[in-house]
Amino acid sequence: MKLNLKPLLGVLLLVPLISSAEKQADIPAAYTPVTDSRLDNPEAKNWLSYRGNYAGWGYSKLNQVNAENVKNLTLAWSYSTGMTEGHQSPPMVNNGFMYITTPNNQVIAFEAKTGKELWRYKKRIPEALQQLHPTNRGLALYGDKVYLATTDANLVALDAVTGKELWVTQVEDWKKGYYMTLAPLAASGKIMVGVSGGEYGIRGFVAAFDAETGKEAWKTYTIPSPDQPGGDTWPGDTYKTGGGSVWITGSYDQDTNLAYWGVGNAGPWMPDTRSGDNLYANSVLALNVDTGALEGYHQYHQNDAWDWDEVSAPMLIDIERKGKKYKSLVHAGRNGYLWLLERTKGPINFIDAWPYVTQNVFKSIDPVSGRPEYDQDHVPGTGKTVSFCPSLWGGKDWVPEAYNPDTGLIYIPANNNLCSEITGKPAKYKSGELFIGVDLPNILTNVRMTPESEKSVGEVQAWNVNTGEKVWTHKYPQMNWGPLLTTGGNLVFGGGTNDRLFHAFDATTGKLLWEYPASSGVTGVPSTYEIDGVQYIAVQSGWGVDAERMQGAFNAVLNEKTIVPQGGTLMVFKLEK
Amino acid sequence: MKKQPNETVCSCKSECNLSRRNALKITTGVVLGLVAGLSPSIQASEEPAANEERPCEGDYLVDANSEGKPVALKISDIAIGGQPIIAYPFNAKTGVLKDGSRLNKILLLRVDTQKIDQKFVKASADGVLAYSGVCTHKGCDITTYDSDNDEIVCFCHFSKFQPTDGGEVIGGPAPRNLPILPMKLDNQTLVVAGEFLSRPGATN
Repeated sequence: MKLNLKPLLGVLLLVPLISSAEKQADIPAAYTPVTDSRLDNPEAKNWLSYRGNYAGWGYSKLNQVNAENVKNLTLAWSYSTGMTEGHQSPPMVNNGFMYITTPNNQVIAFEAKTGKELWRYKKRIPEALQQLHPTNRGLALYGDKVYLATTDANLVALDAVTGKELWVTQVEDWKKGYYMTLAPLAASGKIMVGVSGGEYGIRGFVAAFDAETGKEAWKTYTIPSPDQPGGDTWPGDTYKTGGGSVWITGSYDQDTNLAYWGVGNAGPWMPDTRSGDNLYANSVLALNVDTGALEGYHQYHQNDAWDWDEVSAPMLIDIERKGKKYKSLVHAGRNGYLWLLERTKGPINFIDAWPYVTQNVFKSIDPVSGRPEYDQDHVPGTGKTVSFCPSLWGGKDWVPEAYNPDTGLIYIPANNNLCSEITGKPAKYKSGELFIGVDLPNILTNVRMTPESEKSVGEVQAWNVNTGEKVWTHKYPQMNWGPLLTTGGNLVFGGGTNDRLFHAFDATTGKLLWEYPASSGVTGVPSTYEIDGVQYIAVQSGWGVDAERMQGAFNAVLNEKTIVPQGGTLMVFKLEK
Repeated sequence: MKKQPNETVCSCKSECNLSRRNALKITTGVVLGLVAGLSPSIQASEEPAANEERPCEGDYLVDANSEGKPVALKISDIAIGGQPIIAYPFNAKTGVLKDGSRLNKILLLRVDTQKIDQKFVKASADGVLAYSGVCTHKGCDITTYDSDNDEIVCFCHFSKFQPTDGGEVIGGPAPRNLPILPMKLDNQTLVVAGEFLSRPGATN
């Protein structure tokens, strides 16, 4: 028998002599490059991007695991990441290869079927770096590389097969308070990222880098300078430290080549320190992927006072409202309103918005522009103590919602009936230091309960956005920090509760069908994939970051001592045979 | 108290504050430099700046939020049970304020001397305790003291440390105690009495 050594030789050539990965790959199969066309129409059997598709749905057509048999779901394999804090990234799968990220800028590659570790990469963290949000929300897969955005504000390209570090590009200076936690967005030969650091007085931006070389292609600030359109919405030099972070992956419309990015709150927190609308904080931006040009925007709310980042990118959904069809953007806002916007080849138009959780700040919404009018009794200011609902963490924080085209419903991981009370204080900017304008002990104890929230806070809500009808709600006793996955099996998956349970619901009725007690709270983005005819559901457990912070605030104001254990575990489920 | 082994705590000599990595680079550089006939001093250029060196015995402390000429903090500047003062070390002999590394941030607070555990009385100066101002969990700045519960609290992730018991972790995710910096008094002026007793900075 004659052996064909050419494929083996090709594989060997991919293995470098010296790799930054700790372990060389034991390659399960030839790697399939991730192309634009695959990302445009992702195969159901893989999970190639943060939310599974460019539209941000968190949906898979796979239906082997379904509402009838999900009760038979069992652990196929699991893996301890060796890290504490918030494990939030989705397991991403490409034809047998799986990748996860963990806190501390770590990437681990697996054989997706068996859980065999292929390689592990960990970027060295600067000794003096402070990690306010020690997490990472995933990779971008593109070509034969994977891309990692790091907490020391670098973009790293790794060989997908070996884990070898191919290039590192500094996106910004971490010493000034810039950092990154999001999964990059890959499209049209570019790797796009946004920066965090609004709490440190950064000026936010989205930047794109050449996927091959790492060279910066464009950089678009979320906050305009005085000579740019919108620059007059910031007094004096406040735009230089105005926040507007971008820390969640954008969605992308390949037909218009526009990427939609959510922008965080303006800083410091007190609105009287930066009178004006403060464009484009608390907005969604439409950026041309080739040039970075701002083609459209919608500001969800102006002159923010509540720390209501609107960083979650909108989902791209075709809807019909009152007899009219729209290509829409759907966003469950941290400000507690569910927003329906129309996307075009550029401008973004308002369609409708309504509260999906208790909200006492907006008196009304302009029916044409969507601009809210505020109840000043609930607008914080310097030297002013004010309560407001929803809380600092909003009706929904970063945690992604999902859309299921089979049920026609969107699913929101919400925190309802929770309020905050804060007192504004003067803030002085010092590079690299917190620039908030609220005393830290106040933030640590900000939450205020209502009679309703003493019974229930966390919810999974299902909405028909065509009719505006809330179809079902599942209530948890306390918080929900669980990103959602929905599938062709008529299922919705999500964790997020402080009892460490990972849940599955009937997507049509909301009936709780299955739960699994994880080793830690589950704040990871779930994903699903198929290998050799077997469907797997994958998610990381690993409580931390803002879920931990909210639990701390609950403990402070409720005099509780609930402790959710930390420590990351990747869990992969399949049906029992 | 047994000192924890680490890379960054070093003596207050010329090599103070060199990480092992830099020290290795310099050693290698010296060897290569000698081989190549170059001056060792050129190869040792990665030595950290004087304002990045860790606090040393004899340093004064200066309020990190003050401006203008450094003024050494006195014991009367620290109120018993009050909120901490964040300070940087100051080498009076060289006139260097060591504010070049955030790992030099020092959290100063003052408590009733009777409350300090006997093991740490020697490291305090008339009730003044000095700790690293950087959390041992993820490296965040620590600025808050809860006097009701005698806790130093980190805003980032709720780590809690007991100042009267050597910075012991009493809550939250921090994996190790807050490093203490021994203090003494020169008349009424606060003076550093030695190096950090463990490595300041995050545990990643």
